[in-house]
Amino acid sequence: MSLSFVNLFYLASAVLFVTGIKGLTRPRTAVRGNLLAAIGMLVAVVVTLLDRSILSYGWILAGVILGGTIGALLATRIQMTAMPQMVALLNGFGGGASLAVAMASFLAPSGPIAAGGTIGLLAIGLTVLVGAVTLTGSAVAFGKLQELLPGNPIGFKGITLFNAALLSGTVVIVATLAGGNGGIGLLLLLATIALVLGVTLVIPIGGADMPVVIALLNSYSGIAAAAAGFIMGNTVLIVSGALVGASGLILTRIMCVAMNRSLAGVLFGSLSEEGGEGMDADEVYAGKVKSSSAEEISMLLETAQRVVIVPGFGLAMAQAQHAVRDLADTLERRGVEVIYGLHPVAGRMPGHMNVLLAEAEVDYDKMQPMEQVNPHFAQTDVVIVIGANDVTNPMAREDKGSPIYGMPILDVDQARTVVVVKRSLSPGFAGLPNPLFAKDNTLMLFGDGKQAILDLTGALNEAA
Amino acid sequence: MDMLIMQISLFVLAVILGVELITKVPATLHTPLMSGSNAISGITLVGALLAAGSGEVGGLWVSVLGTAAVTLATINVVGGFLVTNRMLKMFRRRD
Repeated sequence: MSLSFVNLFYLASAVLFVTGIKGLTRPRTAVRGNLLAAIGMLVAVVVTLLDRSILSYGWILAGVILGGTIGALLATRIQMTAMPQMVALLNGFGGGASLAVAMASFLAPSGPIAAGGTIGLLAIGLTVLVGAVTLTGSAVAFGKLQELLPGNPIGFKGITLFNAALLSGTVVIVATLAGGNGGIGLLLLLATIALVLGVTLVIPIGGADMPVVIALLNSYSGIAAAAAGFIMGNTVLIVSGALVGASGLILTRIMCVAMNRSLAGVLFGSLSEEGGEGMDADEVYAGKVKSSSAEEISMLLETAQRVVIVPGFGLAMAQAQHAVRDLADTLERRGVEVIYGLHPVAGRMPGHMNVLLAEAEVDYDKMQPMEQVNPHFAQTDVVIVIGANDVTNPMAREDKGSPIYGMPILDVDQARTVVVVKRSLSPGFAGLPNPLFAKDNTLMLFGDGKQAILDLTGALNEAA
Repeated sequence: MDMLIMQISLFVLAVILGVELITKVPATLHTPLMSGSNAISGITLVGALLAAGSGEVGGLWVSVLGTAAVTLATINVVGGFLVTNRMLKMFRRRD
């Protein structure tokens, strides 16, 4: 096929990607959107394979079979609660692939992937840098999410300075490479520094900020693909990489706004911030926390008209989504209106709670975002908070000295009664006590999330 | 040089288009959006195929790196689209 024909097909696949992402703007069209994007990928791959510059298919076949098997196994086996880890892993693989492409391109003396001139060499340097950071950064994020690594910030004094030094080192190397000075040795040095940088950039970031990190790494994997596109002047790589880069950046911004933090604060601030000063947990809770029982709460639910369920990461930990759905069904059969109130950073990645609830076959109309559910808490009889903590902490509204002051929260305390299902009074990611637990209208239901919800449903059914 | 300007224009326009599109995606679909866009970033597979298929011209290291890239990018593409499909099917309205 001639080059212009190939480019026309690449255009077609870029159009399919755009149409596909547009489909993702509504749940009704989303499945088809994803399918369109997959077809776009198929078009790009088939056209590339038919390109006459491909001389041998053996290596390709091996890679495709191996990668396809691993990908399919991962996608079908992974539990919905582990979706943040899955996305972190996939981000890393995308970055790693771009890194390997850039290295191959540097070594290729001629042919379709060989880079020409300053621009090509500059693009190789940038792809290696971004791809390597994405690879190891994602690996660390995966380790934290999978709890192979401790979730709290890890690092040493001056790690930000250390990272800045590494980054400036890489910039110098990229510039040297672009100038045509330096061979494979220098490129390997660049890759090594960038791989270290990926680790040291992500490891000091705490578990609470993981949604931001995953979104940002998502963006990086797109930028790496776009940079690889500049190496060989491949339009479909440039366009799709740019789309993904933009997508990740927007999600990063949404997450930062939802936590009232700046991106710089998330990336560099974790170790320097002093959390929870002047707020003693014993002082907040002393004598004011009321522990309740499933029977007592089921009596409250019997007379309720409107119930809002607020899930957090604890729901995922306890695998309680199906139990919650059963409780909601039981309530709805009694004529109670049940709504799910979702904070943007509930869970460990954007939209994670929605996926878990969808798995339990909750209608997406009943999942309401914060802005929609907040004005109606005053007319709500019972709020059930399951495994959510910081996103309901009234300190964010009231205590100017609090580290989370200004973070938008779910105003659950305005409801007539708040039931908090929780293992203990231990603090959430932010490490802060939650005055909500000590409020007059709050009842604590201590225990495993799933068991507590099952008990509630049981008590309701017994009463019926 | 003209070619480069054209490519940069393409990049900038695609970023703008991406921003416009993504801001319209509801929070409910943010996780599938991430895994789906992730699968799209596996487009680097195109470059990987060209590297892995370059045969004798490129030499052994190019083939090896290309094959590694093909493997990683295929995991990304196949895993990404399949898992997104699995999630989105759960969001379908049950009639």
